[in-house]
Amino acid sequence: MLKIDNLHAAVDGKAILNGLNLEVKDGEVHAIMGPNGSGKSTLAQVLAGRDTFQVTGGAVDWDGTDLLALPAEERARAGLFLAFQYPVEIPGVSNAYFLKAAVNAIRRHRGLPEYDAMDFLSRVKAEMKAVGMREEFLYRSVNEGFSGGEKKRNEVLQMALLEPKLAVLDETDSGLDIDALRIVAEGVNRLRSPERSMIVITHYQRLLDYIVPDQVHVLSHGRIVRSGGRELALELEEHGYGWIDAGAKAAPATGATGG
Amino acid sequence: MNAPLSPPSAATRADALGAFLEQDYTAGFETRLETDTVPKGLSEDTIRLISARKGEPDWLLDWRLEAYRRWLTMTPPTWAAVSFPPIDFQDIVYYSAPKSKKDGPKSLDEVDPELLRTFEKLGVPLHERARLAGVAVDAVFDSVSVATTFQKELGEHGIVFCSFSEAVKTHPELVRQYLGTVVPPGDNFYAALNSAVFSDGSFVFIPKGVKCPMELSTYFRINARDTGQFERTLIVAEEGASVSYLEGCTAPMRDENQLHAAVVELIALDDAKIKYSTVQNWYPGDKDGKGGIYNFVTKRGDCRGARSRISWTQVETGSAITWKYPSVILRGDDSVGDFHSVALTNNLQQADTGTKMIHMGRNTRSTILSKGISAGRGSNTFRGMVRVTPRAEGARNYTQCDSLLIGDRCAAHTFPTIEVRHPSARVEHEATTSRIGEDQLFYAMQRGISAEDAVSMIVNGFCREVFKELPMEFAVEAQKLLGVSLEGSVG
Repeated sequence: MLKIDNLHAAVDGKAILNGLNLEVKDGEVHAIMGPNGSGKSTLAQVLAGRDTFQVTGGAVDWDGTDLLALPAEERARAGLFLAFQYPVEIPGVSNAYFLKAAVNAIRRHRGLPEYDAMDFLSRVKAEMKAVGMREEFLYRSVNEGFSGGEKKRNEVLQMALLEPKLAVLDETDSGLDIDALRIVAEGVNRLRSPERSMIVITHYQRLLDYIVPDQVHVLSHGRIVRSGGRELALELEEHGYGWIDAGAKAAPATGATGG
Repeated sequence: MNAPLSPPSAATRADALGAFLEQDYTAGFETRLETDTVPKGLSEDTIRLISARKGEPDWLLDWRLEAYRRWLTMTPPTWAAVSFPPIDFQDIVYYSAPKSKKDGPKSLDEVDPELLRTFEKLGVPLHERARLAGVAVDAVFDSVSVATTFQKELGEHGIVFCSFSEAVKTHPELVRQYLGTVVPPGDNFYAALNSAVFSDGSFVFIPKGVKCPMELSTYFRINARDTGQFERTLIVAEEGASVSYLEGCTAPMRDENQLHAAVVELIALDDAKIKYSTVQNWYPGDKDGKGGIYNFVTKRGDCRGARSRISWTQVETGSAITWKYPSVILRGDDSVGDFHSVALTNNLQQADTGTKMIHMGRNTRSTILSKGISAGRGSNTFRGMVRVTPRAEGARNYTQCDSLLIGDRCAAHTFPTIEVRHPSARVEHEATTSRIGEDQLFYAMQRGISAEDAVSMIVNGFCREVFKELPMEFAVEAQKLLGVSLEGSVG
């Protein structure tokens, strides 16, 4: 179980998360919605351990481990996966090489034998088929020259290969047309299991037509201001984020000073 | 994306890389041996002494003295983008050799076991049993060659592969015919110095029509303190002959700078092919730029015959300062010249390297592929010249020059010069500069890959086109070397 307790974070001295609380039980899918600048992506990056963000208060407990004490690569090896909003291009490094290095780093950590080239290829080809990626993408440089949809599929492919315990999907739907969205969502749904939790960050309700969450949270000014079931997403769709911002501004900014 | 780095995060990432990057220069040990060393300083007497020690014929002594007199009139070049305090040429030992019972060892059994251990430690076993499969090695320690393997096997093909000193004794006519014909003694300051005081190096002669059945290689080791290494290598491939040759270099870690001023001459006659690969790992100095080798080298190939081909491949990771421009004179019609280079500078290393392709024959072709990697406060300069002379109808050149920056305190410069004097020439130049970004490292780390593995993955990807030009065994070696050389590179 993931338990985020009163989390504060800043970038370049500017506070972004102001006392965020969240619990995600094993096997649950939580959606986090919120207007631009509410701290959605910051939450994703902080959970993944990006050190351009400074944690200024609070704690994150993950199955009894102090998540914030682990460096990024150890979080990944322990089973935390972040699907990037903007997957990064790495020219000169083939996707196959990168994926194999990642899978084997994680298998090593789990005490499993590393894949050799043959094992890896048969595994990766099967997974690529499932997300509708052509084999040629194995031999191209990581994300280089990929279209938006291809990049997002590559993220889902990596998620499938790395078999995370906790997957954070940061606006995986952004920039996708409806067909690509469906394929990506199917990929995510296939990976739902009682042992795997997911945090799905999105600006729009439409992704939640395909990935049905157990809970929906609304983030505003770095705090969760409302939580509810799927109907909350529909409510947002209907009324927009305006009422939330208005409410958050009216409330005393306890989060900013607490912690 | 690309959020500006705040100081604490930059520090953390540097720490993350720290463990990997603090890897030591593994070749930095010193071998304790009794040596035969001439006193410091340079004069005609020093040269006479070196020549006498080697039992050289008079013509060679005269050649050396002539070069010395030329050198006295010359001044060190100042055009390169490198800086260092003036060298005191009187404070250098010009000849140092491990003491042996006789003039030189005649077989491996006579080589000091301590020397054999030294080369074994460097991964260059000279023993019969442990020899690198399919690679003949000439091992040069300070000023002399201590052993050359597979000489007998090569001799059966008429191939001469031996130390330069030995060649002067056994094949004086060949040495005399070709020595200084590609790099004349007065070519430049350091070439003149080398011509005056050169001590040893390798000599290769591949007779007409013979394809050398194995890789030839020379391993250069500087050991003695205050000693300069001035080796001279001469490779001649007669009509239709071909050879692949590789050199490797290391030196102990010392606080003082040591000078290495070599000259390499390659001569390819009609239809001959010479492939010359270098993996240069001289001691680069410490993190603060203390110590390290000054690698001031003149390397030039002469495609003297029609349809001949000379390829230079270099991986330059060591040395405090590298100043070298392996070049090809494309004299024969339809001859081909290649230059493939990876040059890495980290900490305070400086490299000013590149090539010259001089097109003189008709339909001559050349390719230049340069990959410069700058890390730490390293400075990396590519300097290239492509010259198409009025006779060189149909000449073609393609140049690609890529720079990779790691961190934000390093520098990369590119100085291409193109001189075309024939209207039919086609000369292309492409250049790129990229940087290993924090976002790339984080992306890899988020997939469980350590920052150090991510850096070496990206660097190796960047260098792949050059590495594939290296002989197989050495490509792996070069990859490892690059990893080790990226000490403290991100910050």
